Amino acid sequence: MRLAPPLTITLFLVPVAAGLIGTALPAFGVLPAIGGRAFSLEAWRALFAQPGVLTSIRLSVQIGLLATVLSLAIALSFCALMAERAALRRLSAWISPMLATPHVAVAVGFAFLVAPSGWLVRLVSPELTGWDRPPAGLVTVRDGAGLAMVAGLLLKEVPYLALMTLAALNQVPHRALRMSTAALGYRAATGWFKVVLPLVYSQLRLPIFAVLAFSVSTVEVGLILAPGNPPPLAVLAARWFADYDLQRYFAAAAAALLQLLVVVALLASWLAAERIAARLGTAWCERGVRIGWTEGLARIGAASGAVTFAAGVAAIALMLLWSFADAWRFPAALPEQLGLANWRAQGPRVLGVVADTASLALCTALVALLLSIACLESESRRDHPPTRHAMWLAYAPLLVPQIAFLYGFQVVLVQLGIDGRWLAVAWSHFVFVLPYVFLSLADPWHALDVRYPRSAAALGVTPWQALWRVRVPMLARPLGVAFAIGFAVSVGQYLPTLFAGAGRIATLTTEAVTLSSGGDRRVLGVYTFLQAALPLVVYLAALIAPALWFRHRKGMA
Amino acid sequence: MRNPRTTRFGVARGSNALRALASSLLFLMTTGATAAPETRSWDAITAAARGQTVYWNAWAGDERTNAFIAWVGDEVKKRHGVTVQQVNLKDTAEAVTRVVSEKTAGRDRDGSVDLIWINGPNFWALKDKGLLHGPFTQAMPNYRLVDVTNKRSNVVDFTVPVDGLESPWRLAQVVYVYDSARHRPEGLPRSINALLEWSRANPGRLTHPTVRNFLGATFLKQALYELAPTPDVLQSPATEATFAATTAPLWAWYDKLRPTLWGAGKEFPESGPAQRQLLNDGEIDMLIAFNPSEAATAIANKLLPPTARVFGMANGTIGNTSFVAIPYNAAHKEGAMVVANFLLDPVAQARQQDPTVLGNATVLDLAKLSEAERALFAPRAGVVGLPRPGELGRVLLEPHASWMTRITAEWEKRYSR
Repeated sequence: MRLAPPLTITLFLVPVAAGLIGTALPAFGVLPAIGGRAFSLEAWRALFAQPGVLTSIRLSVQIGLLATVLSLAIALSFCALMAERAALRRLSAWISPMLATPHVAVAVGFAFLVAPSGWLVRLVSPELTGWDRPPAGLVTVRDGAGLAMVAGLLLKEVPYLALMTLAALNQVPHRALRMSTAALGYRAATGWFKVVLPLVYSQLRLPIFAVLAFSVSTVEVGLILAPGNPPPLAVLAARWFADYDLQRYFAAAAAALLQLLVVVALLASWLAAERIAARLGTAWCERGVRIGWTEGLARIGAASGAVTFAAGVAAIALMLLWSFADAWRFPAALPEQLGLANWRAQGPRVLGVVADTASLALCTALVALLLSIACLESESRRDHPPTRHAMWLAYAPLLVPQIAFLYGFQVVLVQLGIDGRWLAVAWSHFVFVLPYVFLSLADPWHALDVRYPRSAAALGVTPWQALWRVRVPMLARPLGVAFAIGFAVSVGQYLPTLFAGAGRIATLTTEAVTLSSGGDRRVLGVYTFLQAALPLVVYLAALIAPALWFRHRKGMA
Repeated sequence: MRNPRTTRFGVARGSNALRALASSLLFLMTTGATAAPETRSWDAITAAARGQTVYWNAWAGDERTNAFIAWVGDEVKKRHGVTVQQVNLKDTAEAVTRVVSEKTAGRDRDGSVDLIWINGPNFWALKDKGLLHGPFTQAMPNYRLVDVTNKRSNVVDFTVPVDGLESPWRLAQVVYVYDSARHRPEGLPRSINALLEWSRANPGRLTHPTVRNFLGATFLKQALYELAPTPDVLQSPATEATFAATTAPLWAWYDKLRPTLWGAGKEFPESGPAQRQLLNDGEIDMLIAFNPSEAATAIANKLLPPTARVFGMANGTIGNTSFVAIPYNAAHKEGAMVVANFLLDPVAQARQQDPTVLGNATVLDLAKLSEAERALFAPRAGVVGLPRPGELGRVLLEPHASWMTRITAEWEKRYSR
């Protein structure tokens, strides 16, 4: 038990640290196998000599900041207006499945939703638009400003930040506060932003950072929704890592390292902006305005929240429809024919991919869950609450861009002789699964009244029995949810599977990204739908299982 | 699984793990790979191959090719007890990366890549670094059937001599696909300058894959063949001087063409299939393809409207060959050779030439086949969208790979902002 925390930290941080070193060395010219033996800055020269590289950097920053600011604004508006409504509990049960849906599935469906030949245009064509063919000159996907990618990211990040906000709200007396502000004459959203938000913000900081780091540096969403000429920085780095010109590795490593610097700079700027926002916010509060434009903005924000949610659901539904489609050409809003042909044709191959995806996700989520329990239990026994640093440590893999350490980690795996094996991929997934599982479990764990295990101890059970017979059953539901989140995180991994799996291990996500560049939407539909469905099934099982387990014990689940 | 490396895994988790890993990265040593001709008898090779699993790294963006590879896997399993596992690539260069990574790590045996679908610059990159097994093609009995005289691209890959280091399996030739429901055959552009006029008359309805993609680069190379003052120079490596002089008319032409392209020529589809999807969606009306039966095959698979047709240029179009190669450190070289040999089997060649399967022309010399084998290649009835024999004009040899590299770089410099 005592060994659990160091073991866990080693298992999930060594890949990050070793990977960063393995990426940093080639960035400074050291990669002996292809002739790099001495320190040099040539890689950086090559990087900055690349046409359009400044556009790439600007694009990354622009997409990342816009996606973060907008998703935060929408999520907060939504919570400000809805936090006290009774409907909210039911609503959050609806939002969480969106959290379990991989980014790739949503992005692929979203691309078809908004393309010039996509479903929204088909829905109103030719009746309203007069278009019997897609309009030439309309660019709605992979646009130069990256707006399609920002919108695609919102579909996933808004639900995430909304749920994080709702979780944080549980720890402050937000209802009482809202009643006080209402008594003082503040309208709903105004009062919430002035009094409740400052109390919960510090708990939102790390989730916001995770969103920012992901949006700035995601490769898989960029491949589907971002422009390609030039692409965002992370996509550029990924492209170079796969280039036939081996000398490109150096520049690729430099680009990957630059990606890390960009993220660090953005996080630092965000911290600085927080201070300015706090000053402005204080002044705003002190002016004491009760009713203002905040209400209107919050309503627009909440409405956008509803739109992003609907778009997310539509994106998945459309891919499901494609998987049953035969031919489905513009301007038909629905497929001309539906059938099982695609599923039959893909069936045997899909089954193998599903098996690999599921076995990786089940095992990594399970190991992460057990290690998280062990860490939390060890910490409880020593009465040693986690420090702020521990939380930052847990977030580390979510804040360091994947592209910045996965190539280096791949070299390490090759050294160990396990690259391309199931174990290597599982390990790389674990790096990302563990933080999510740990973080989602930590709050309910600490919220459980310590007097329960203490009473058990007083009744004479061993610490192990107290754990398995009191804590674990009482936490059955959060444990199930943490497992389901870990499962979903593993299913959604693209770059780790690609690098650690040496291409030998295909998951639904790598297949979906490969197919998204290949053009048969019917096959893509099969893969994306399964990719979205698999985590959902596990999530539902995690909700139902405790209810079944405790069906004779009221109030347990 | 239980090789000595797994014990190193145990060590790596120790307290000095980080330092150990860092130093092992620092002191990676390279070991020179020497090309050794395959001298074993075919019987010995097939015997050793039995029971092996061949990891065939192949670009997986095309479902039909994936299905064909799966069929090849079933056949070699039945015939020779060799299992084929396709490793899906988004880009063939990923496999090159992997071989190089393994060399980086000093893994000169038991490599993870057994067979690569390859040609052009990727082949040259591996050949140049000495990272290929062979020469091995002479050891394969079916290689005798390959047409090495008339189909020059079987032995010269982008002007680089193949030297038995890769084995051909299918032929490709540039064609243009259009929708005959929207455009009449007599109005089609049969020259590069006519293509510009056509695109001006149909703004936003023509595009090409990004020039980083081989098909996108081919779009420009095809134009270069007609626009270059002396096309012969394309068969030698490009130099600063020849490149500037030869491509000047190309860029002048492209500067006029680009604003008329789909999306105002700012974005381009990432690959051929992504481009085809645009035609299927009705966003564009014409595209470049590398397969004379592109339209027929896509119609059969409902990936293009039944009215799609192909045409060629009056002065001919570029053609090349797809190969398979075996990395120097492949774990299952024998199995890989069995697969390469089966790809040259008349049965496999006839199947892949069938437009409902792949529709790529065979690399074999039909004169070398028996009567019964030749009959396998007879065209099937009821297939629409195929060009008439002789309609496409002559095949132009691929320019030296350096032209493609330079064209890609120059295009990025000019148009990636």
